[in-house]
Amino acid sequence: MNKIIRKVHFSENVIMFEVEAPLIAKSRKAGHFVMVKVGEKGERIPLTIAGADLQKGTITLVIQRMGVSSTKLCNLNEGDFITDMVGPLGKATHIENFGTVVCACGGVGTAPMLPIVDALKKAGNKVITVLAARTKDLIILEEQMQELSDEVIVMTDDGSYGVKGLVTNGVESVINREKVDLCVTIGPAIMMKFVSLLTKKYEVPTLASLNTIMVDGTGMCGACRVTVGGKTKFVCVDGPEFDAHQVDFDEMLMRLGGYKDMEREDMEKMKCASENLEVRN
Amino acid sequence: MNITEQRSQPWRVELRNSIKAKDRTNFPRVQMPAQDPKVRCTNNLEVNNGLTPEMAMEEAKRCLDCANPTCMEGCPVGIYIPTFIKHIEKGEFLEAARTLKETSALPAVCGRVCPQEKQCEARCVHLKMNKESVAIGHLERFAADYERESGNISIPVIAEPNGMKIAVVGSGPAGLSFAGDMAKFGYDVTVFEALHEIGGVLKYGIPEFRLPNSFVDVEIDNLRAIGVKFVTNCIIGRTITIEELQADGYKGVFVGSGAGLPRFMNIKGENLVGVMSSNEYLTRVNLMDAANSASDTPVFLGKKVLVVGGGNTAMDSVRTAKRLGADRAIIAYRRSEEEMPARLEEVHHAKEEGIEFMTLRNPIEFIGNEQGRVTQVILQVMELGQPDASGRRSPVEVPGKTETIEIDEAIVSVGVSPNPLIPQSVMGLEITKWGTIVVDNDTMQSAVPIVFAGGDIVRGGATVILAMGDGRKAAAAMDKWIKDSL
Ligand SMILES: Cc1cc2nc3c(=O)[nH]c(=O)nc-3n(C[C@H](O)[C@H](O)[C@H](O)COP(=O)(O)OP(=O)(O)OC[C@H]3O[C@@H](n4cnc5c(N)ncnc54)[C@H](O)[C@@H]3O)c2cc1C
Ligand SMILES: Cc1cc2nc3c(=O)[nH]c(=O)nc-3n(C[C@H](O)[C@H](O)[C@H](O)COP(=O)(O)OP(=O)(O)OC[C@H]3O[C@@H](n4cnc5c(N)ncnc54)[C@H](O)[C@@H]3O)c2cc1C
Ligand code: SF4
Ligand code: SF4
Ligand code: FES
Repeated sequence: MNKIIRKVHFSENVIMFEVEAPLIAKSRKAGHFVMVKVGEKGERIPLTIAGADLQKGTITLVIQRMGVSSTKLCNLNEGDFITDMVGPLGKATHIENFGTVVCACGGVGTAPMLPIVDALKKAGNKVITVLAARTKDLIILEEQMQELSDEVIVMTDDGSYGVKGLVTNGVESVINREKVDLCVTIGPAIMMKFVSLLTKKYEVPTLASLNTIMVDGTGMCGACRVTVGGKTKFVCVDGPEFDAHQVDFDEMLMRLGGYKDMEREDMEKMKCASENLEVRN
Repeated sequence: MNITEQRSQPWRVELRNSIKAKDRTNFPRVQMPAQDPKVRCTNNLEVNNGLTPEMAMEEAKRCLDCANPTCMEGCPVGIYIPTFIKHIEKGEFLEAARTLKETSALPAVCGRVCPQEKQCEARCVHLKMNKESVAIGHLERFAADYERESGNISIPVIAEPNGMKIAVVGSGPAGLSFAGDMAKFGYDVTVFEALHEIGGVLKYGIPEFRLPNSFVDVEIDNLRAIGVKFVTNCIIGRTITIEELQADGYKGVFVGSGAGLPRFMNIKGENLVGVMSSNEYLTRVNLMDAANSASDTPVFLGKKVLVVGGGNTAMDSVRTAKRLGADRAIIAYRRSEEEMPARLEEVHHAKEEGIEFMTLRNPIEFIGNEQGRVTQVILQVMELGQPDASGRRSPVEVPGKTETIEIDEAIVSVGVSPNPLIPQSVMGLEITKWGTIVVDNDTMQSAVPIVFAGGDIVRGGATVILAMGDGRKAAAAMDKWIKDSL
């Protein structure tokens, strides 16, 4: 049981929680994640540790409402408890002074990128962050990124904010302008696939943080497996970060879609249940 | 009292002599009452119903109370088999349970899941006379269940608390039995478990229809009652390191972290949607209760399910699939039925439940549709060749002979490797090329003196009774090591 100390709405569907977890706060590093379960019959879902406060013994999570489990979590309030939380899991990001690093994040990939940007900056890198989303309202954490990065480039699909275009356009503009030593990308699988194709063309080494489906998060089940360089890897223990140019994104996209129908049904059920509740109230 | 002294007690001699040995061997072996196969494939209740007291006493009569009880040599923890059985014959069921507990921490579990036909029962003298062995496992289960249901669970004698803290990594049978013994010796024991549930494979692996979780919970409550503390959602090596435990005053650490890493076959199409490890399948169903509509975790409910493998895990998966509504639930195993490592009883039960056995078949490719869902499997037909290192005849391909069958779900159950979390995170441990931790055979102590280990993390995938025996051996040795170093 971990207590929620603070809840902030970044947007309607993106919530930031500060959660009591002193042991995890102490041992976590940039790139680590936790497995979280809400309720006795809840699902275990992976969430990146976006930050930690050692003094307060808390960690920060940024959650995007997707389906049933993330919605249940987002519906919790200050003072509520998260039923189960375990971590830190995964391999920490390998941080060193690479030179110039472009961090390309899309949608909720921004939250897990935050601690990586912080660590890269502290290691002496020049960090250029590309924040991308469909539309202005979905751009999150811009202020925090501005504070940590040397430069922030905002991209929106519809041009409602920043530069009109996709995340790849943003990354390409930097590559065309100066020498980039490393690209880090976190976001929807399809976005990472295109960032990876782009940087491969320019031969810029690229790391992608993969968000596969997970069950235990400790290497026990293999639900999170992906093919990297022709070999099967478990994202929860071998990753979540991999050399993007080696990742079979098409297979990953296919596997991510695996439970879509069931999840949609569950979501419908949950909506019906809450509507019924409202009717009764 | 050793077994010879136990055997010479007057009541034993009298009981032994009350029926002629020849008559004892001629009694037929008891049949375990079980749920009707047609009914049980539609529920998750235990398959076996357990013996009645009358049946148990009848069966106990079959045991000859041998002067040289070879059955005991077949039991990895040396249970005083004739002693507990003679207590049953006499109707002293609680006494029988107490005898079991002298050497075994989990008799209700082992009576259910031990591969008896390869262990104790394989060494019963009856087999030499071409008779069926005494049903030692059924009797063990009976005595343990009787004690639990009677509400008269014997509370072990606990030594004066000595205030010394001991940490246990993992709450499977190895960790639980270790924790129980150390608590009895007076230590302050805390068990750390990575998952949100206590019990290890007993909970997330072995299904309810073979080992109800409530029985495991009774054992856990018994440990709580003697002062053992449990911390869930805590990964040693991650959340807390062994160095931190040591700095925090822990005097010893026992690692029973199991063999949680599933192996795959590395064949084409294995990453298709609908192909998964048995660990994933069983974890979804057992730990996350995914088949229950109240659970948020989804699970595929395949109609044509292929399970690859011939061990207990494969049997558990295929029978679970049947219970979750599969029309065809198929085992594909690359050797013949004779070589199957699963418990004999499970194979029998599976057959009764309509599980199809495709032996001498090895999958070489999974085929999927445009959405990436598995739709077919290609099986290579095999034949048995020369015996390999393990003494089993190794399967060889029949060139060019394959079969393709329609499936909508495949569960890969071809073994597990040791959980790498501890080996990766503790400096100085000696690790084999299979990823197991090297320990001293007698003491279970590792190359890092404060760390002892046992169960599957030392043996690779083994059995509950071996894990439990390791835990007890390690407890005795750690107690001595700590006291010697004071
Ligand atoms: C290592 C790791 C770190 C992550 N960090 C964060 C984080 O910091 N913040 C955050 O909001 N999310 C993060 N995610 C994603 C998060 O775990 C999923 O959004 C969550 O599991 C969805 O659960 P749900 O029940 O709400 O939605 P579901 O009902 O399970 O799914 C709803 C939709 O989302 C898709 N989906 C399911 N699982 C994932 C997934 N893992 N990634 C992407 N899409 C998915 C489904 O296909 C479906 O279309 C992370 C994932 C991983 C693997
Ligand atoms: C489906 C299935 C059926 C089986 N059937 C039988 C059977 O019929 N008969 C039989 O004898 N055997 C059977 N076995 C094998 C038997 O269950 C195992 O040999 C036995 O459970 C091993 O016990 P253990 O204590 O070593 O580990 P486990 O039972 O695997 O327990 C290890 C525990 O440690 C936890 N852990 C791991 N790493 C850490 C860490 N770093 N920090 C904290 N916790 C950690 C894990 O989460 C787990 O709960 C079966 C196994 C499976 C999977
Ligand atoms: S513990 Fe297992 S091997 Fe030993 S007597 Fe009992 S059933 Fe037989
Ligand atoms: S060998 Fe068989 S008959 Fe002899 S003591 Fe053991 S169980 Fe009884
Ligand atoms: S989530 Fe189970 S192995 Fe990675």
